[in-house]
Amino acid sequence: MGKLLEVQNLTKYFPVKSSGPAQKRGSVKAVDGVYFFINEGETLGLVGESGCGKSTTGRLILRLLEPTAGKVLFEGRDVFGLGRKELRALRKDMQMIFQDPYASLNPRMTVGDIIAEPLKIYRAASGADLQERVQKLLGYVGLASYHARRYPHEFSGGQRQRIGIARALALNPRLIICDEPVSALDVSIQSQVLNLLKELQQEFGLTYLFIAHGLNVVKHVSSRVGVMYLGKLVELADVDDLYGKPLHPYTRALLSAVPVPDPRAKKERIILTGDVPSPVNPPPGCRFHTRCYLCGDICREKDPVFMEVGKNHFVACHMVEQE
Amino acid sequence: MSDTVTSPAGAGAGVQYSPAADFWKRLKKNKLAMVSLAFLLLLVFLALFAGMVAPYDPYEGNMPMSLKGPSADHLLGTDELGRDILSRIIYGTQISLRVGIIAVSIALMAGMFFGSVAGYYGGRIDNLIMRFMDIMLAFPSLLLAIAFMMVLGKGIENAIIAIAIVSVPEYARIVRGSVLSVKENEYVQAARTIGCNDGQIIFRHILPNVMAPLIVRSTLGISAAILETAALGFLGLGVQPPYAEWGTMLGSGRGYLFNAPHLVTFPGIAITLTVMAFNLFGDGLRDALDPRLRR
Repeated sequence: MGKLLEVQNLTKYFPVKSSGPAQKRGSVKAVDGVYFFINEGETLGLVGESGCGKSTTGRLILRLLEPTAGKVLFEGRDVFGLGRKELRALRKDMQMIFQDPYASLNPRMTVGDIIAEPLKIYRAASGADLQERVQKLLGYVGLASYHARRYPHEFSGGQRQRIGIARALALNPRLIICDEPVSALDVSIQSQVLNLLKELQQEFGLTYLFIAHGLNVVKHVSSRVGVMYLGKLVELADVDDLYGKPLHPYTRALLSAVPVPDPRAKKERIILTGDVPSPVNPPPGCRFHTRCYLCGDICREKDPVFMEVGKNHFVACHMVEQE
Repeated sequence: MSDTVTSPAGAGAGVQYSPAADFWKRLKKNKLAMVSLAFLLLLVFLALFAGMVAPYDPYEGNMPMSLKGPSADHLLGTDELGRDILSRIIYGTQISLRVGIIAVSIALMAGMFFGSVAGYYGGRIDNLIMRFMDIMLAFPSLLLAIAFMMVLGKGIENAIIAIAIVSVPEYARIVRGSVLSVKENEYVQAARTIGCNDGQIIFRHILPNVMAPLIVRSTLGISAAILETAALGFLGLGVQPPYAEWGTMLGSGRGYLFNAPHLVTFPGIAITLTVMAFNLFGDGLRDALDPRLRR
């Protein structure tokens, strides 16, 4: 199991439009120096609050956005250094499943056309072969072949997400970035889609980057989990490690907020105070120090290094470092 | 995109589902649109077979018969030169439809091009294109059309060109606005992840989704173009006499407004009905074309 994808110092600043000429132009530091890697065949979960840069990270990996700095290596090749043609060839190997199944399908195309489109673009199939592939893909995601003639608006959210998954699968990709694929779905449908994603992973040997904001969803599908806060990765560990002995205070606070379905379970709830600071002006030093209950002097001045503290367990925190 | 995906044998659990048939079914429910469509088809028929349908030669004068009111011989009466007004109106449909459709097609193409480039690429290109369009919009369109006619010279071709040019900014603005909102949809990003280039994204994913407002605007645009042609004709700049054009007929008939009102009444009714039919049909088309309104 080698590294399929490696992200190094990935950074994306969005310029903020100034409302007046006198105002200094700032930038939203959406993603600020993120490092991680994904092994072939595994699922890396990425969690964090809204606006912490998870989705931006996903989009940068696919180069739907151009980064401010950093590298994304797919099998050792830098995605950002590729020319137009090479990028096109690479996109075959990396696909994405989108958050909103109501917005991610073109309402004017039939489901068959939507799924067939990537195959047509890469001239992977044509004619009867193309139809057969489409039928097969529909079958993989649990839809019937006559669904190909219908339009997206005739389907429910869960079915639409299946269509999106079929489209992502069409080119036999190796990495699929799942950008909150179940957040927009009913809880009862969520597990169906998650199980489908798991089955497909086993069948096709897929690698997932699974972006979500629910810790329980991520726990269910991931082999390793990364936690993001304000554009930075604060902790990254194997799923059992992260849920069993979280090290970063933010991760601990998040996990303590997960409801336990047992009324008698005694819980130590860590309540964070304050709001997430603005990503335009992130606090100096450790970004979490304004809300951290362990915060020391050093946290206000020095940005902690993201380092390996246990086997496969990375964390960016001065307090953990000192222990 | 209107092609039906063929189903493999034995898989037909659903009814044959063709978008075109579905669209027609919904359009049929709209009575006003159907009446308008029937009227427009009648106009097309009259335009195509004017030579056979018209009872008289629209250009042959008959001075003793001039300025006669409606009668059994001349259903809509005769004009100042004794020409049959019904025949002239029938021949006039040729000009009006031709000008309306050609001018709008030209304007639509140009507007779609400028609008989608401006909306999709944004930034400096957007600014350049749209500011130029704004400058054109700052002039009243009829005035601008008159100015173009002065430069280009009189005649029907030049009237078409002038009307097309002055209506480009409207289409460009509609297209740009719709492109701006449509391109933010996730399916546009999805199109990029599956390897679509800019052209494929614009033509396959963005433009089909901006068609609804455009179709409505185009049908309204045809009626506007017909009105503008009539206005130019009325002012003596567009189609020149003796050609039978509704506006020109109005223009030359206005001198007889008090003693022979039918000279202006009937061409006026023709213009009104045609413009209204295009407008109502446009509305019906919009409702039928939007699949989100489907039951």
